[in-house]
Amino acid sequence: MRSGENKPIITADDLTARYGSNLIFSNVSFQVNRGEVLVIVGESGCGKSTLLRILIGLEKPSCGRVLFQGNDIVNSGEDVLHNYRQNIGVLFQSSALFSSMTLNENIALPLTEYTNLDTETINLIIQMKLGMVNLSGYGNHYPAELSGGMKKRAGIARAMALDPIVLFFDELSAGLDPVTAVELDELIIKTNEALGTTIVIVTHELESICKIADRVIMLDKTAKGIIAEGTPQELKENSADPRVRSFFLRQLPQKTAQE
Amino acid sequence: MENLPQQPAAYRITHQLQDAKLTVYLAGEFGIRNLAAFVGDINRLLVAEQREISGIDLDFSGITYFDSAAALAVIRVREETPDKKIKFSFVNLNEEIRDIFSVINNKGIARRPTKAIKPREGILVQIGDTCFLLGRDFINMITFVGELIYALSYTIIHPRSLRSKDVLFYMKRAGVDGLPIVGLISVLMGLIMAFMSFLQLKQIGANIYVPSLVSFAMVKELGPLMTAILVAGRSGSAFAAEIGTMVVNEEVDALKTMGFDPIRFIAVPKVLAAMLVVPLLTLYADLFGVFGGLIVGVTGLDLTFNTYIVQSMKTIKVFDVVTSLIKAAVFAALIAGIGCQRGFQVRSGAQDVGKYTTSAVVSAIFMIVVADSIFAIMLHYVR
Ligand SMILES: Nc1ncnc2c1ncn2[C@@H]1O[C@H](COP(=O)(O)OP(=O)(O)OP(=O)(O)O)[C@@H](O)[C@H]1O
Ligand SMILES: [Mg+2]
Repeated sequence: MRSGENKPIITADDLTARYGSNLIFSNVSFQVNRGEVLVIVGESGCGKSTLLRILIGLEKPSCGRVLFQGNDIVNSGEDVLHNYRQNIGVLFQSSALFSSMTLNENIALPLTEYTNLDTETINLIIQMKLGMVNLSGYGNHYPAELSGGMKKRAGIARAMALDPIVLFFDELSAGLDPVTAVELDELIIKTNEALGTTIVIVTHELESICKIADRVIMLDKTAKGIIAEGTPQELKENSADPRVRSFFLRQLPQKTAQE
Repeated sequence: MENLPQQPAAYRITHQLQDAKLTVYLAGEFGIRNLAAFVGDINRLLVAEQREISGIDLDFSGITYFDSAAALAVIRVREETPDKKIKFSFVNLNEEIRDIFSVINNKGIARRPTKAIKPREGILVQIGDTCFLLGRDFINMITFVGELIYALSYTIIHPRSLRSKDVLFYMKRAGVDGLPIVGLISVLMGLIMAFMSFLQLKQIGANIYVPSLVSFAMVKELGPLMTAILVAGRSGSAFAAEIGTMVVNEEVDALKTMGFDPIRFIAVPKVLAAMLVVPLLTLYADLFGVFGGLIVGVTGLDLTFNTYIVQSMKTIKVFDVVTSLIKAAVFAALIAGIGCQRGFQVRSGAQDVGKYTTSAVVSAIFMIVVADSIFAIMLHYVR
């Protein structure tokens, strides 16, 4: 987890996002270091999913750039983006499994496209990935036949199919029971430590943040940008910002006197 | 609180004026169901008693049912008292009612919406907007056509990249599954045409031309056209709805992040399948149309089976059949292309899917007719 300290693999440089005239955030700059687990937190609607979509090149920021290993993926051509995308795995907030395919086919898709493995090996890999997220035996189910949490786990399995360099998870533990959530935390830690995968996660589970995060970035809706950045420990203990403290102490911020 | 009152709830409002202080006693049930009534009553009372009062007390002690809408209403009443000097207070609130008041977030109610709903614009602005949208639609269309042609040529150069399973699947969907309806409609068209032309031609004793007329019209125009319209209704809409739903479910985004070109991955198999299967379907429609005419010819016109076939064969040239097939392939490309393009235009939600599905069918039929006219003129000169 702590190897190759502070070598940025992804750099977000002065990002601004808008929907129409509605400013979501501005001046967002940070780095994702090689081999770390970066957690993005912030209240609902503050733009975490938007930020993630910019980082994976689905949405263009209204200004700023995103560098992957030194290459700008926002302003360069398709080929840079294409190369980038073969190195990342993404779990969407809504899981985004292909509804016309079974889980096996969902996971097989990137494998058949980007490798020339024989069917037997691919099947073995699929079994392994499904087992990692505790979905063994569900390979022939269609996404519509799964619960929300199961879809999420299947989405994770698909994101990890090619053992990408960087993994992005949006709302990793939303909709999961505590036991499964803990298992997933273990999986994240293992993936990160054993495979050296860099992981960027949006999650709200305080316990899992403290357990898995190397660094935390906190976005805020009113500040429209990053209000805190650091290790969970630092943020928990030393932050002067009441919003950060209230998040980590799970309290309502001290209210100003009102009705 | 207990069950919601089912009937228009019973409440009583009494008041007492003492030392320029008005006390209003609320008793009974106050809730969303009788909101308008009691707010009206309270307001009337306040207006009637407005003379020289310096304070108003709203007494809650007699209330048996109260909900958040009622709480909001009395807060509004308090805020809207015209004379700000009047001291307006709520008294005798019990714990439950206090809790209900605490639910209301005054700041939230007062906040301006972050997104303004545009008021209806004037006619000129609307016309301008529509033109702008049409222009953008056109540019989108051209871009899509370019991308589709690029993706198709890529697929032709790299046939291995084609998802042949998908092509077969959509050939079955668009072609095989459409056989019954296409066959039925074509037979009926042939029947009707033979019958109508017979009514006219028999006046001049030219029954022998009925087979020519039916087969000529069927092969040259009606076969390709009817087939295309049916395919547009059956498959063009299905393509748009399917892709639209994929967009809404973020499946298209997922494809992109996995490094797939959505057009190559989703649209190309559909377009190819349609282009392969619609000409076959057209041939089938032509045959059934002629067959429909044959039924009328043999049963009603004293033509023998043989004469009918021979007459038909004499009329139709190979050239006609070939152009009919080419036409069908072009129609198929239009239908599938427009269906896919409309699907990709979906941005959010089920409503968009419905809108673009409809649009896919309407635009496809329109484009089919336009293309057919162009073909008619072109073929006239090619001959
Ligand atoms: N397609 C869109 N069009 C317009 N506004 C949008 C769109 N998508 C998101 N927004 C706005 O952008 C803001 C940020 O949305 P986003 O989905 O990034 O939030 P989030 O931080 O991921 O929230 P959550 O934790 O609930 O998932 C929201 O206020 C939302 O209103
Ligand atoms: Mg989100």
